[in-house]
Amino acid sequence: MLTTALILFPIAAALVVAILPLPRETTAGLALLAALMEVGLWITAVTQFDFDDGSLQLGTTREWVESLGISYSVGFYGFSLWLVGASVVVFAAAIGYALWAGRERTRAYHALMLLLLGAVVATFTAQDLLLFYAAFELMLIPLYVLVGVWGGERRQAATVTFVIYTMAGSLLMLASVVAFGVTQGTFSLTAGETSDNVWIFLGFAIAFAVKAPLFPFHGWLPLAYREAPVEVAAVLSAVVSKTAIYGFIRIGLESFPEPADDLSGLILVLACAGLVYGSLLAFRAPDLRGVIAYSSMAQMGLITVGVFAFDDLGLDGAILQSVAHGLVSASMFLLVGMVERRCGTSDVDALGGMARGRPSLTTVVLIAGLIALAVPGSATFAGEFLIMAGAYDQGWGYSVVVALGIVLAAMYTLRVISAILHVEPGRAVRKEALDLRPGELALVLPLLLLLLGLSVWPAVVSQSAFAASTLAEILP
Amino acid sequence: MIDTPTVDWLALSPTIALLAAAGIALLSVLLPPWMRKGVSAGVALVGFVVAAGLAGWVFDESAAPEALLEGSMVRDQLAALAQLILAVTGAAVVLASWGERRRENHAEYYALLATAGAGMVFFVGAGDLMTLFLGLEWFSLCLYVLVAFDNERETSLEAGLKYLIVGGLGSAVLLFGSALVYGATSELSFGAIASADVASDAFLYAGLAMILAGLAFKVSAAPFHMWTPDVYQGSPTALTAFMSAATKVAALVITLRILVTAFPAQANVWTIAVAVLAAISLVWGNLGALAQRDLKRILAYSSISHAGFMLMAVAANTALGGEALLYYLVPYCAMSVGAFAVVAARERELQAPVTLESLAGMGWERPYHGIALWIFMLGMAGFPLTGGLFGKLFVFSAAYDAGDWWLVLVGVAATAVSLGYYLNVVRWLYMRTGTELRVALAGGSPPRDSALNVAIAAAVAVTIGSFFVVQPILDAASDAAASLPF
Repeated sequence: MLTTALILFPIAAALVVAILPLPRETTAGLALLAALMEVGLWITAVTQFDFDDGSLQLGTTREWVESLGISYSVGFYGFSLWLVGASVVVFAAAIGYALWAGRERTRAYHALMLLLLGAVVATFTAQDLLLFYAAFELMLIPLYVLVGVWGGERRQAATVTFVIYTMAGSLLMLASVVAFGVTQGTFSLTAGETSDNVWIFLGFAIAFAVKAPLFPFHGWLPLAYREAPVEVAAVLSAVVSKTAIYGFIRIGLESFPEPADDLSGLILVLACAGLVYGSLLAFRAPDLRGVIAYSSMAQMGLITVGVFAFDDLGLDGAILQSVAHGLVSASMFLLVGMVERRCGTSDVDALGGMARGRPSLTTVVLIAGLIALAVPGSATFAGEFLIMAGAYDQGWGYSVVVALGIVLAAMYTLRVISAILHVEPGRAVRKEALDLRPGELALVLPLLLLLLGLSVWPAVVSQSAFAASTLAEILP
Repeated sequence: MIDTPTVDWLALSPTIALLAAAGIALLSVLLPPWMRKGVSAGVALVGFVVAAGLAGWVFDESAAPEALLEGSMVRDQLAALAQLILAVTGAAVVLASWGERRRENHAEYYALLATAGAGMVFFVGAGDLMTLFLGLEWFSLCLYVLVAFDNERETSLEAGLKYLIVGGLGSAVLLFGSALVYGATSELSFGAIASADVASDAFLYAGLAMILAGLAFKVSAAPFHMWTPDVYQGSPTALTAFMSAATKVAALVITLRILVTAFPAQANVWTIAVAVLAAISLVWGNLGALAQRDLKRILAYSSISHAGFMLMAVAANTALGGEALLYYLVPYCAMSVGAFAVVAARERELQAPVTLESLAGMGWERPYHGIALWIFMLGMAGFPLTGGLFGKLFVFSAAYDAGDWWLVLVGVAATAVSLGYYLNVVRWLYMRTGTELRVALAGGSPPRDSALNVAIAAAVAVTIGSFFVVQPILDAASDAAASLPF
């Protein structure tokens, strides 16, 4: 029941926010309150969850279309609980940022954000293929409008490419859902049906590869991440991209064990290519948003390596890294947004020298940056290390590429830090640009504190993501 | 003394109710002018609602199919369900027509609308080639007049003429095909054709092809669609809603019925023919829609592509396909009527044809209509939280199940292309503002039109409701499909 509540509460809140004709601040405040209550709901779910039990928990199953074997079936496994956790926290921060930034057309904006939250939670908890497809698609509707209405100058081009890429993937997935459901006679993921049809698997894999995005399906990424409102970009890179990871694990590995194994070499190579290529692009990107966008693509490649390592270390690392990267990239995007509001641009050339006289900004950017570049001791380091160790079994070459990825991450992250904080004050940085306000700190600090906590104790996620029985099911 | 056949009045009751409504609506010309519109529209609305109720009753009472009047009519759940959908659609169209600015001839308009509805309701129950043609001409003649009804508008006259000529051609082809089939089998009733000794295969196949072509005109399946965009654009908008929804229901249901009951032995041929028609409609409808600027033309091409989706279900030639078709019709009718109703509202507000440009910023200025149109567009594209998703899913499932996996891929590609224009409408609604394009704004508040808004609300409710309440609709659809001999 709790899972259903986690899905329906934000959607109900979206309706309330959309319909009640309240003043702007009240509307935005109401949305933030709803997002925080969603975090509270999630904490309740954690307290009730038994991490040693590998079965589906806190779930609900209702018949939907009996004659075709479609059901409304939702519930949590350990890893989906953590992914949802990162989502609700990031959404609360993003909605808080929107409140602080005072988005126009407040009611529509916040209603769409909350609807998106509901769709994301539904995607992470769906245990029926059709429900998963519906939730996966539903995410696109608010995203399309959020980017297209509140985005930057080239928002229309951004939405068009974003939608074409995503829908091309999703529709292939629809064909696969139909083929899987019709041949198996059920759409349920809990029935334990598996398929060895490579084509059906490919339909899913391409949809997830676009959503992540993995190289070479990342054509939509730079425009979408640059043109989206910054908190929407944060949600895209931190949360929405992780639905692909969930899909790879829950559907790719569990329902298609043989095709996933057969194609793991190809996927690993693409993921590694994306890791290196994304990192290099991030190093060369002329603006902060570009850096974070491409680094996000690199990190998704890394996480995919963990998933297709077919190894418990790799899977644990993938989930830990998903959570950690979600929190890091959300904080980085929000920080970029705060810099953009002060300087009017995120061009690396035009920035610089903001450290002087702005201690809060300096501290926060440094902490976020250090975690992003995976200094030893950070949560991201733990995640990357686990993935590297897990990938070793598949071939030492993959581990080398992962290690290379860590080095490249250090390069582009240091570039971001120095571009904002150090060197000479850039032409866009005005003397009177303020340090971070308490309101802004209140948005970023919780994310960073969670990251620090996760750095101290990464095992809280990595040890509880998969119960032993789940792992036995996933791994061949 | 001649033996009169026993008449099953209950089975005919939906038709009779609509005919009675038409007759009473016509009598309203005897009233003072200010009462005519209200009385005739009210009577037509009551007629459609009563017909819907009666069709529901017939559906309940007809567990087993029954031949009526020497096999010329059929009483079964397929016909009853189609009649129910038709009647509800008609009622929504009456509501959407209410605000049409027309100085006179209200009584004639609503009477013709009810008569056209009666013809369709009769048509879906046809059991032999005679009643098939009779029903087709009955509702077609009403529609020819209705399309040209706003005779002070040039486009309306032009559309009427076009529809008359092309529709007449379609009817003639159908009639010729029927004659050939009769020549080959010496039988008129569908069931008897299936079991008759075939004198000449060539005649039979030629007749089958011509019947299929004639029906494809009414379904507006490509390549028999060329009248559709012009006629949809030129007709009074509320009537376009009726044609795009109800005509398709009637024509598709009867296509399914005649192919399955009269030509089971030729299934290997017509399944391929229908699959090809579906594929062409999908490709042509979607590509055509991309190039349009006028919203009614976009929706016309979109209706061609939906005809393609629904023909996919017919091509499956299975009970699953029949279910998929009947399910698809429910959200499709709602989205189609709803979308045209929003167009009608915008048209009445701007007093000009609705193009994409004239939608600019409408989502923000007229939130109710904007959200409704948004929902209809997403539904037609098959997005979740609308019945359109399940419609596509069932149709694809039926096609895949029947082995037409290539058709599924065509459908998927067509859906991808269709996003190009459906989301474009959403883009114009929300992401462009009228001021930046310097489009003449209507300003102020739109004309109040509660009847139209009720119709839109009902359409939204059905579009979204059919996503959550799938099983009951599917049960009814599977009962209806069970009355055909798959």
